[in-house]
Amino acid sequence: MLLNTEIIYYKSHIYILFDLNALKTENMTTTKPAVVIIGNGMVSYKFCEKLIAKSSNFEIIVFGEESRPAYDRVHLSEYFNGKSAEDLSMSPLTWYADNGIHLHLNDPVQEINREEKTVHTLKGINQHYDYLILATGSSAFVPDIPGVEKQGVFVYRTIEDLDLILAYAANAKEAAVIGGGLLGLEAAKALIDLGIKEPHVIEFAPRLMPRQIDQAGSKMLQMKLNELGLRIHLNKSTSRIGGEDKIDALHFADDTQIHVDMLIISAGIRPRDELAQLSGLKTGTRGGVVVNDYMQTSDESIFAIGECALHEGMIYGLVAPGYEMADVAVNTLCDSEKSFSGYDMSTKLKLIGIDVASFGDPFIAEPDCRSIVMDDSHKGVYKRINISNDGKHLLGGILVGDATSYNMLLQTVKNNIILPPNPEDLILGSRGESANDGSGAMSLPDDALICSCESVSKGAILHAVKEDHITTLDGIKKCTKAGTCCGGCVPMVKDLIAGSLKESGIYVKNVICEHFNYSRQELLDVIKINNVKIYDEALDHFGKGDGCETCKPVVASILSSLWNDVIVKQAPTQDSNDRYLANIQKGGTYSVVPRIPGGEITPDKLIILGQIAKKYALYTKITGGQRIDMFGAHVNDLPDIWEELIDAGFESGHAYGKALRTVKSCVGSTWCRFGLHDSVSFAIEIEERYRGIRAPHKIKGGVSGCVRECAEAQSKDFGIIATEKGWNLYICGNGGSKPQHAQLLASDIDKETCIKYIDRFLMFYIKTADPLTRTATWLNKMEGGLTYLKNVILNDSIEICGQLETEMQGLVDSFHCEWKEVVTNPELRKRFVHFVNAPEKKDPTVEFDTFRTQIKAKDWL
Amino acid sequence: MIINTDIELQAEASIEWFLACNEEDVPENGGACIDYKGEQIAIFNFTRRKEWYATQNLCPHKQQMALSRGMIGSAGESCEPKVACPFHKKTFSLLSGECASGEDYTIKTYPVKLSAGQVFIGIQ
Ligand SMILES: Cc1cc2nc3c(=O)[nH]c(=O)nc-3n(C[C@H](O)[C@H](O)[C@H](O)COP(=O)(O)OP(=O)(O)OC[C@H]3O[C@@H](n4cnc5c(N)ncnc54)[C@H](O)[C@@H]3O)c2cc1C
Ligand code: SF4
Ligand code: FES
Repeated sequence: MLLNTEIIYYKSHIYILFDLNALKTENMTTTKPAVVIIGNGMVSYKFCEKLIAKSSNFEIIVFGEESRPAYDRVHLSEYFNGKSAEDLSMSPLTWYADNGIHLHLNDPVQEINREEKTVHTLKGINQHYDYLILATGSSAFVPDIPGVEKQGVFVYRTIEDLDLILAYAANAKEAAVIGGGLLGLEAAKALIDLGIKEPHVIEFAPRLMPRQIDQAGSKMLQMKLNELGLRIHLNKSTSRIGGEDKIDALHFADDTQIHVDMLIISAGIRPRDELAQLSGLKTGTRGGVVVNDYMQTSDESIFAIGECALHEGMIYGLVAPGYEMADVAVNTLCDSEKSFSGYDMSTKLKLIGIDVASFGDPFIAEPDCRSIVMDDSHKGVYKRINISNDGKHLLGGILVGDATSYNMLLQTVKNNIILPPNPEDLILGSRGESANDGSGAMSLPDDALICSCESVSKGAILHAVKEDHITTLDGIKKCTKAGTCCGGCVPMVKDLIAGSLKESGIYVKNVICEHFNYSRQELLDVIKINNVKIYDEALDHFGKGDGCETCKPVVASILSSLWNDVIVKQAPTQDSNDRYLANIQKGGTYSVVPRIPGGEITPDKLIILGQIAKKYALYTKITGGQRIDMFGAHVNDLPDIWEELIDAGFESGHAYGKALRTVKSCVGSTWCRFGLHDSVSFAIEIEERYRGIRAPHKIKGGVSGCVRECAEAQSKDFGIIATEKGWNLYICGNGGSKPQHAQLLASDIDKETCIKYIDRFLMFYIKTADPLTRTATWLNKMEGGLTYLKNVILNDSIEICGQLETEMQGLVDSFHCEWKEVVTNPELRKRFVHFVNAPEKKDPTVEFDTFRTQIKAKDWL
Repeated sequence: MIINTDIELQAEASIEWFLACNEEDVPENGGACIDYKGEQIAIFNFTRRKEWYATQNLCPHKQQMALSRGMIGSAGESCEPKVACPFHKKTFSLLSGECASGEDYTIKTYPVKLSAGQVFIGIQ
């Protein structure tokens, strides 16, 4: 009845299914054996994850001493670079609940009663166990130096430690770290991030990172760290920490001293075996709970895994072996056969941007092997490889300053691969031959371990690609978990995907998304040939499903590159920025950027910008592209603001679109005593020529009046520099995260030729580049590279120059100011409201803070 | 598939419908934001599927009032309808409200009813 004349959209099907499920679980009674885990660190978390994946026959109870669920300690330092505790979390609390795991946080276990098989916690819980897992990790080792209890002395292990350091560092000027190992150097880096200038690093041993690298490697590392502002003291033993209540100095055994207001101690780790000792489990003399190959302690229903476990006299202070131990323990509980037989301690890390790696046996020396060493203090690179005396096998090595070959070298050691006749090529790079194309990874044996954190073999990855047809990195991550932990193996995983697709003869193309099985170039061609004008038509004929946030803007950009229609008419297929013709900013307001061609502006226009910004309470800033950006506009105000701008002679700056941004110019020959030609006029002419044209990504240009290059034209997609005889044209430069210099396309050409070449270049780019690919990347990926591109543009080698020029002229002729269109059309104007049912009302949740007398957006919550 | 119309109708009976806007107020294949007693609700006119959806306007990722300005589309073989937040492109199912970008967020969804060109949102 109700449904007769009305349509109701309601998710009831899902509703009912959930209900049935709920009924089912409630009726189930549980008599499952209880697995109790002490500690909720990284390894504990991995144990839970692996156990629930393998079996649902256990009741899982976890006690954690920290107040947070397990987090990523390996990336702890990123807490100082803006990652929140939540970002570092391995999984949110709901994950435990959803998987039926009982998690008690803030409640350390204080006693194990092995006779009754119970544990007793601080908060008074008495919990029975059938199996007990010790995953208590370790704590920072604090040496017995008089004064360690003073204020301002910290360790570096938990988020709480970092909070304390953060608070204290605000008032500290000089700081030091005791310990020049992996963690100590990381702590020193953190101090720099906290604004401490030139922190000291105090190391007792004669070299840095004594467990990983040798004396020569340490020297190279020390040289580089000195350049970065660390003050390193080797062979130093600290005898006393000075100061009343607060630390104010470090005194050394050699009677020297330094002044510091803060100290981080990072002198090693101590396994947390106190509970094990109390309950009479066997522990090592230097700490650690003794375990067998199945991770069982001296009591066979109690296991120890991670940094608290002592296996064959060894504590493993890295996460990957901990994960392997978790896997072994899970297998033992589930009655499958798996044992732990030690773990490779090869490591690769980036210390303050410096690569450091050691693999296999880094320290083995003559006469047990032969070592090849490359020590280049000019480039700051040190490499050492140790090969067997018969020259056949690689045994280990050290890399400082450049560890790009780490993965291959490690695999060569692990798989006992026979070395080539000139093993020095391994570290010098084979001279003269072409670069590694991924065939390297493909030549490894199938059981080669590619991801050591998650122990995924090459065979498993190939299987996923070939049998399960997973061809994306994300897909492989989901299916095999390779690359999800430290990420070090990602380049190799990519090579393997590409390599095995190639092997199976599959043509690898970059399809746009699940809805369009075409590359951007192919789609552009079919849309053009079939004269498609709207998104839905394209989806009906050439796609499937209902589209998404990836293909909609791509198709919209293709459509406007082809037909240059009014963007707002197809608003909802546009990226949010294109839909409102403005850039959405933090807090949900928009920014307004009128075009200021070539960066030239009259005093009157400057005044008007100031008046408008004042009237609508906008924050103003000068952009890198020589124009003025106004932030903080409510969506409701946009049409009014633009009406005033247009009345004053401004037009849209297309800062919101994947389109030409600006053509930056220097002042050139009109004022500058060095100027050869009028760079400003040329920049204005070019900016007005290409304004508004949509492209796969944003485009920037620059024009300089002489070689001094004040407009930085060589960092732009196209850059023009005046010469005695005319202009030099450079293309495919890029600033941003991966800066790349533009390359010379043609020299000493006149203005007309220059414009002709840019027409061809831009149009060719628009037609052939993948979505969101800047010209630099487009060129880097192009087969044949610059030589090919030069041939196309200068020599018309594929006979399309005529067509490119005509198409570009078509776009130039159909230019319109998108904002003018909106301002003069009441229907379009109506779209610029926050509430459709209360058009006058602005979003009440928008708030600003005041900041240096202007406004700024409220911080992310 | 089991469809229990009884439960559907019972649920339906407990819903209070309020008039949100007219059909043409929401752009085709796009969204708009509705003010309901101080609460912000995003409403989507999925013209391509001849369907309507409503969700909270707040994106749980960084607490931005933005979902109504996001792009809608579908995911997977089952064509699950979804919306992508314009800020960092987290996507949410328009049916279940679950985040499909691997995060543990769920957004509120609301039933929508059309009658004689008017659009109603159901509040429970
Ligand atoms: C700054 C830093 C950088 C690092 N970088 C790297 C790296 O680059 N690569 C790498 O492989 N490794 C690195 N590590 C080491 C890595 O983090 C550890 O190997 C890993 O966290 C060990 O995991 P775990 O679960 O054994 O111990 P933990 O993560 O220490 O977890 C143990 C947990 O148990 C809790 N606990 C202890 N006793 C009790 C009790 N009685 N009751 C309840 N709970 C208890 C502790 O509070 C702790 O939360 C780094 C460590 C640090 C501190
Ligand atoms: S690039 Fe040359 S002409 Fe332009 S401002 Fe610099 S010095 Fe003067
Ligand atoms: S605020 Fe929505 S995705 Fe970040």
